[in-house]
Amino acid sequence: MASASPTANNAATTPTKLKVKRFPPAQTPTNTYLTDEKGVWAWLTTVDHKKIGLMYLGAVAFFFALAGFLAIALRTELWTPAKTFIEADTYNQLFTLHGAMMVFFVLVPSIPAALGNFILPMQLGAKDVAFPRLNLASFYIYVFGAIFTFLSLANNGFDTGWTFYTPYSSDSNSAGIIWVTLGVFILGFSSILTGTNFITTIHKLRAPGISWDRLPLNVWALYATSIIQVLATPVLAITILLLAMENILDIGIFDPALGGDPVLYQHFFWFYSHPAVYIMIVPGFGIISEVITTFSKKTIFGYWAIALSSLAIAFIGFLVWGHHMFTSGQSAVATTIFSFLTFLVGIPTGIKIFNWVATLYRGSISMKTPMLYVFIFIFLFSIGGFTGIMLGALSVDIHLHDTYYVVAHFHYVMMGGTLIALLAGLHYWWPKMTGKMYNEPLAKIAAGFIFVGFNVTFLPQFIMGAQGMPRRYYNYIDQFTPFHQTSTIGSYILAVGFLIILYYLAHSLFKGKQAGPNPWNSRGLEWQSTSPPDFHNFSHTPVVIHGPYDYHQPMEEFQLGLAVEHGHGEEHAAADATSSEAVETATSETTEA
Amino acid sequence: MGRLFDFMLPENKSPLTADSTDGLFNFINEASLVIFLGVVLAMIYFAIRYKRKSEDDKTPVITHNNTLEITWSVIPLLLTFIVFGWGYSGWLNLKTVPDDAYEIHVTGFKWNWSVSYDNGAQTINEIHVPKGQPIKLVMQSRDVLHSFFVPEYRVKHDVLPNRYTYVWFQAEETGESQVFCTEYCGTSHSNMLAKVIVHEPEEFQAWLDENGGGPSGSPVEQGEQLVSLQGCQTCHSVDGSELIGPSFKGIWGRDRNLADGSSVTVDENYIRESILYPGEKIAEGYQNVMTPYEGRISDEEITNIIEYLKTID
Repeated sequence: MASASPTANNAATTPTKLKVKRFPPAQTPTNTYLTDEKGVWAWLTTVDHKKIGLMYLGAVAFFFALAGFLAIALRTELWTPAKTFIEADTYNQLFTLHGAMMVFFVLVPSIPAALGNFILPMQLGAKDVAFPRLNLASFYIYVFGAIFTFLSLANNGFDTGWTFYTPYSSDSNSAGIIWVTLGVFILGFSSILTGTNFITTIHKLRAPGISWDRLPLNVWALYATSIIQVLATPVLAITILLLAMENILDIGIFDPALGGDPVLYQHFFWFYSHPAVYIMIVPGFGIISEVITTFSKKTIFGYWAIALSSLAIAFIGFLVWGHHMFTSGQSAVATTIFSFLTFLVGIPTGIKIFNWVATLYRGSISMKTPMLYVFIFIFLFSIGGFTGIMLGALSVDIHLHDTYYVVAHFHYVMMGGTLIALLAGLHYWWPKMTGKMYNEPLAKIAAGFIFVGFNVTFLPQFIMGAQGMPRRYYNYIDQFTPFHQTSTIGSYILAVGFLIILYYLAHSLFKGKQAGPNPWNSRGLEWQSTSPPDFHNFSHTPVVIHGPYDYHQPMEEFQLGLAVEHGHGEEHAAADATSSEAVETATSETTEA
Repeated sequence: MGRLFDFMLPENKSPLTADSTDGLFNFINEASLVIFLGVVLAMIYFAIRYKRKSEDDKTPVITHNNTLEITWSVIPLLLTFIVFGWGYSGWLNLKTVPDDAYEIHVTGFKWNWSVSYDNGAQTINEIHVPKGQPIKLVMQSRDVLHSFFVPEYRVKHDVLPNRYTYVWFQAEETGESQVFCTEYCGTSHSNMLAKVIVHEPEEFQAWLDENGGGPSGSPVEQGEQLVSLQGCQTCHSVDGSELIGPSFKGIWGRDRNLADGSSVTVDENYIRESILYPGEKIAEGYQNVMTPYEGRISDEEITNIIEYLKTID
C-alpha cells in the first residue's frame, strides 16, 4: 500500500542522502514541448514520447471516426430486413472492416500507445521512454500496417469477419485477405515494441523515490498490458504466417481440403485474441484508478488488490481462449477447463470494481467530466462483466454463442469499458497535454448523449440475441425489426455525442482557457510539471517521497526535485548539492538515480 | 415460472433445457442485477453524500480492509462455482445423446441445409421430425464452417468440413421452429435458414414413406426435383430474377460472356463443367463462390438436371 513515510525498498543498496528542493510548476510555461520543435518535419521525426503519443492519438481518432462511420452505415442498413441501401457483399465487407479497424487500429493502441506514451514517462518522472527511437519506429510500423489494410481494399477487400476463420479465409479468392493479414502482421510488431519499451521504462527509469509500492496504478496497468503484448502478439504473427503459407504455398495447415484442421486455426487465433481483449481493457482500469482518486481527493482503496489484480488478469487471461470455442468441436475436457478458468478471470475484475466504489466512500467527490466518465464506465463495464459470466456458463453459452448477445457483450466491454475509459483519460489529461481547458457543460452534455445513445444501441441487442438473432447477418426475420430499429436510433444518438466532443475539443485547442499546471489538484507526479510540459517533462529530476494518492500530504511535498540543474544524475547531485539553494530538504532512500 | 428475465428468451420447446439453460440464464441475470444495483446505487449515494464542498476538503486515509476484500472476493467466487457447475451439468445433457435417438443426417453448404433420412428421403432446408422422440442430427459441411442453431431448442453446434458433429433434442409439441446458420459463411450467410417441422409420430412415418427413395418420374421431373433438393435455387432463379448466380431462365443455347472476356455457348458440356468445377468458367458479373459438386452428384443426375434446364424458358 501507499505508505506515507519513506521506506527502504532494497536493503542491499546503501541508502543515499539526496538534497532536494521544491520546484513548484510555473503557472504559464515559457517553453513547452509544443514550442520547442516546430514544423511538420520536426513532428514526423521527433523522438519525444509526448509528440509520438499525440500522433498516435490523432491516428487512433482518425480510425475511430472511420470505423464509427462504418458502424453508422451498418446500423442504417439494418433498419429493414434485406436490402436498405447496400448489397450483402458490401455489408459483409463493411462489418469486417469495422471490426478489424476497431480492434487492431483503435482499441489495441488507443490507451497504451496514445495516452500511455504521453503519461507513463511523466508519471515515472522520466524524460522519455527507455528507447525513444524504437518508440518512433513503432508509430511508423503502425502506419505501415494501416497502409497495407487500405491496400487490401484496393484488392477486392475482404469479408471474413475480423477473425479470419478458416477455411472461409483460405478459400477466399480475394487478394484482399492476404494484404490485410499482412497489415495485421506488421501492426503486431508495433504493439510488441511499445510493450518492450514500457516494461524497460518502468523497470529502469523511475525517478528517485518511486518504489514499486508508489507506482501509480496506471503504470501497474500498463505494465500488465505490456507483458501481454510482448508474450501474446508473436502468436498472432505465427498464425498469420501459417495462414499465408497455406494460401500462397498450398501447405495444408488449417484447410481441410489440404488436410488441415480449421479448429486448430481457432485455437491459434484466440490464443492471441483473447489476451488481446485484456491488452484493450487493462489500460482502461489504470485510467479509472487515477481519475477516481483525483476527483475524490482520496487514497485509493486496496492499492495492492488493484495492482495485483491487473497482473492476475494478465496471466489468467492467457488460459481462457477456448471459451470462444464452446460450439466449435474442441474436446469436451478442454471445454470444461476453459469454462472453469473463465470464471476465475472474472473475479479480479470484480475486485477492482468493488475497490473503486469503496474509494468513493467518505471522499470529496467532484463530478467533473472525467469523473462522470468513470461513473459511466463502472455502469457499462459492470454490465459487460456480468454478461461475460453469462457467456462463460456452458449450457447458456451454447444458446447465446454467435448471437447479438455476444455482440452486445463485447461492445459493453470494449466500448463501454475501454473507449469510455479512454474518454475519461482524454478529458482528464487534456489540460496537461494541450495546456487548455475545454467547455465543461458541453462535455457533460456529450457524455449524456454517449451514455443514453450507447444503452439505446446495445441493450436491445442483448434481448434480440437471447431471442436468437445471429450476428453478422445482413438479412433478418421480421420479428427482430423493432430491436434493430431501436438499436439504429441509439447509434445516431451516440454519433451526436462524439460530434459534440469533436467540436468542443477543437474549440478548446484554439480558444480554450489556460489550464494551469494542475487544474484538478491531483497529487499525481505528471501534474507537477507545467501544462503543457517542458520538452523533458520536468525542469528538474523529480524526487518522490509519497504515494501518488496520498491526499493527506501537503501538495508542496509532491513537488520535490534534486537540488541541481536538470538531469545530471546522482554524482552531479552530490557535487552540486552544497551550492544549491535548498528551500526544503528531505531524505529519501533510492535504488535508482 | 414467470421469472423476471423470461421475456428475453424465445419459447422453450425442449424441456431438457428448461432448467439447465433457461433456469441458469435467469439465475445469472437475477444475481447480477442484485450486485449491479448494489454497486451502482452505492456509487450514486457516495457521489451525493460526499459531494465536494470545498477544494480544501480533508478525506480520511483508508488504505484497505482485509475483511471487506475477502468478502467481496469469496462471495462472487462461490457464486461463479454455482454457475460453473450448473452450466456444466446442463451442457453434459446436451452432449449425451440417448441410445434410442432417431438419426438424421444434415449437410450444410453455401447456403443451404440438405437433410437425408434413413430410408433415402431427402429434403432441403426442412428437417421433419417426430414428436416425443430424441432426435440426433449428424452434421457435416461440404465447404466452409457453418453452425446449426435452433433458438427454441437451445442447441447450437458448428458444422465442419472435416468431421461429423451432432446436436440432439426432443420436441414435445408439433409445429415449426426456426433454424439459423450462426457461423459466418459468405454472401448469403443470413439467408441460410431452415425449419424444424415436428409431426405426430404416425404423421411423420407417413411423410417418410411417401418421400422415401429420392427423385422419381421422367428425367425432366427428376431434374426439377434435384435442382430443388440440391439447393440450386438459393443462388439461381428460374424466373429470371437476379440472385447470387446467373438465372436458369432461358440459358439453354445462349452465348454467355465470361469474366475473362471470352464467351461460351451454354450446352451440355458447359453445364456439366459448371456443376462439377464451377471455378473453371466464371460468368461475367458474378463471383466465384459456388461449391464444386465433384464427387457429390452422379452422371445420371447431371443429365437429368440438364434435361430440366432445357425446359426453362
